[in-house]
Amino acid sequence: MLSAIQFTPALGMFLAFVALTLVITYFSARKATGSASYFAAGRSIKGWQNGLAVAGDYMSAASFLGISGMIAFKGYDGFMYSVGFLVAYLTVLLLVAEPLRNAGKYTMADLLAYRMSPRPVRAMASLSTLMVSIIYMIAQMVGAGGIIKELIHVEFAPAVIGVGALMLVYVVFGGMLATTWVQIIKAVLLMGGAFALSWLVLGKHDYSMTKFFTAVAHADYAGTMPEKNLLDPGMKFGQAVNPWGPLDFVSLALGLVLGTAGLPHILVRFYTVPDAKTARVSVAWAIGVIGVFYILTTFFGFGAATVLPIESILTPQGKENTNMVAPILAKALGGEFFFAFISAVAFATILAVVAGLTMSASTSFAHDFYSNVVHHGKENRPGQEIRVARLTAFVVGAVSIAIAIYMGPTANAAFLVGLAFAVAASANLPVILFSIFWKRFNTAGAVSGLATGLGSAVILIVLSPNGIFGKDGAIFPLENPGIVSIPLGFLGAWLGTILTKHDPDSEAKFAELNFRAQTGLGSEKAGSGH
Amino acid sequence: MANPKTPDWESLAKLPAFHELLAAKRRFIVPATVFFLLYYMALPVLIGYFPELMKKPFIGKVNGAYAFAFSQFLMTFILAWFYMRTAKKWDAMEHALLASIESKNS
Repeated sequence: MLSAIQFTPALGMFLAFVALTLVITYFSARKATGSASYFAAGRSIKGWQNGLAVAGDYMSAASFLGISGMIAFKGYDGFMYSVGFLVAYLTVLLLVAEPLRNAGKYTMADLLAYRMSPRPVRAMASLSTLMVSIIYMIAQMVGAGGIIKELIHVEFAPAVIGVGALMLVYVVFGGMLATTWVQIIKAVLLMGGAFALSWLVLGKHDYSMTKFFTAVAHADYAGTMPEKNLLDPGMKFGQAVNPWGPLDFVSLALGLVLGTAGLPHILVRFYTVPDAKTARVSVAWAIGVIGVFYILTTFFGFGAATVLPIESILTPQGKENTNMVAPILAKALGGEFFFAFISAVAFATILAVVAGLTMSASTSFAHDFYSNVVHHGKENRPGQEIRVARLTAFVVGAVSIAIAIYMGPTANAAFLVGLAFAVAASANLPVILFSIFWKRFNTAGAVSGLATGLGSAVILIVLSPNGIFGKDGAIFPLENPGIVSIPLGFLGAWLGTILTKHDPDSEAKFAELNFRAQTGLGSEKAGSGH
Repeated sequence: MANPKTPDWESLAKLPAFHELLAAKRRFIVPATVFFLLYYMALPVLIGYFPELMKKPFIGKVNGAYAFAFSQFLMTFILAWFYMRTAKKWDAMEHALLASIESKNS
């Protein structure tokens, strides 16, 4: 097996990135002592740093590989992901980031458990965190498999296992501080790669926006296909393609805009900064960086269809090689060296996101489930929580690796991540918002909201055209469950509350939560909390 | 970790200055949230159910669909900027509120 690996410039660059980040991991591991520093980077990250790290945590294989492939094949409809992924940050900025930072400690469930009976709420929140993280991670693994296959010519399965093993090193040894720095470096590299790729595409059209959009409106894959106007919507979600298409499109959009504010691995990033004000500044930074990146998907998504012959972006079996369009575009426009750079960037992207996901999933299991549910909030021995988190990282990694290998490389990464967003929006967002803003909200409501949102989203995905019964036998006609499961999540949380008795404890603690969340009085301070 | 003296949250939450802060936040956040959700969801609804309208040219070859999608980016940047600017006023209110609590305690 190993003899088949060829040493290419891409591999060299990738190894350089890995080496650099391992050095960072090593040094942050020496600095990290105690839970607050392992799980929340000592709450010492600066606003702009955290903004870049949020961007690095967020712009995953879905954004770079998945969206560019979706736009190159399906045109405008794929661009909806770019729009939704960004606008979603308004939900984070306006409603969630600051109260969450003020009220929580390490995980999303800290906020939910604040005024509820902690054990059932933490158990459900932990389950939902694991579920969202694993779906999200499968998308990254699928993208990684494709890239590394192209990079060093190994098969999909060993490629996925390799990535999985590597990311565990970061999480297990470095914790949140190492993960943060990996994400910052990756964000900078990814932006550089995106600008360079866009510039090369624009160069193909004499650096003229008019010529560029004219070419996109008459996209013919370098003369290998009949012309089509990729700016016209409807190639994936149009009424003509699928009678349920328009509703599916609305459902996708709803899941995207509400999903980010329920993504556990993004939410935990706001615990790494000293206070709510810095959390706010970091969202603003993230919006700037992420927004520019998604605008650039115009060039390397639509642009790919103007310069690449169709056969170059199909698999040998004639299927759409949907996650490999961006790297292939880089090879066509910038040659081997640029391909190497873009591949290394894509790889770094995946690694950083996977590290972030594993970190948040394992933190949630260790802190919420192990410490608070099983051990009633006490650590038996200091450092036990960290050991459990490390062990969980191994298990979560292994599960996602197995599922990713089972699913194979042809699933689009953006589509898979879209599903994770829908699950997050259905299960997590309703209970987060009710916890912060609704006095009457109680434990029964929180548990039933989490269960209804999580259960309905997952069941609808299983019954969808991509589920176990396939396209023809699908019981639920939409690919994206959001439009049904998000209202159900809210409904479950609301009904669970009003159908059960008033909880005087929860209502009394609302004064505390509300005051603390809105003013920051009594919130976790930088460098505190072991 | 925990504050040395546990504050009396019930009476803090009744402070008029705290209610002014909440009201100020609400005045911005509620309309802004309603606005951006409506503006954003108008995109998939118009694209999904009125595709012919959105295919009409807007500027040159750029059609209404792309132009409206692009405007979502600008909307996000502008609204985020407004939020950041408005939030500075809340910081001042919050600061005054916390300072008055501090002076009462000491």
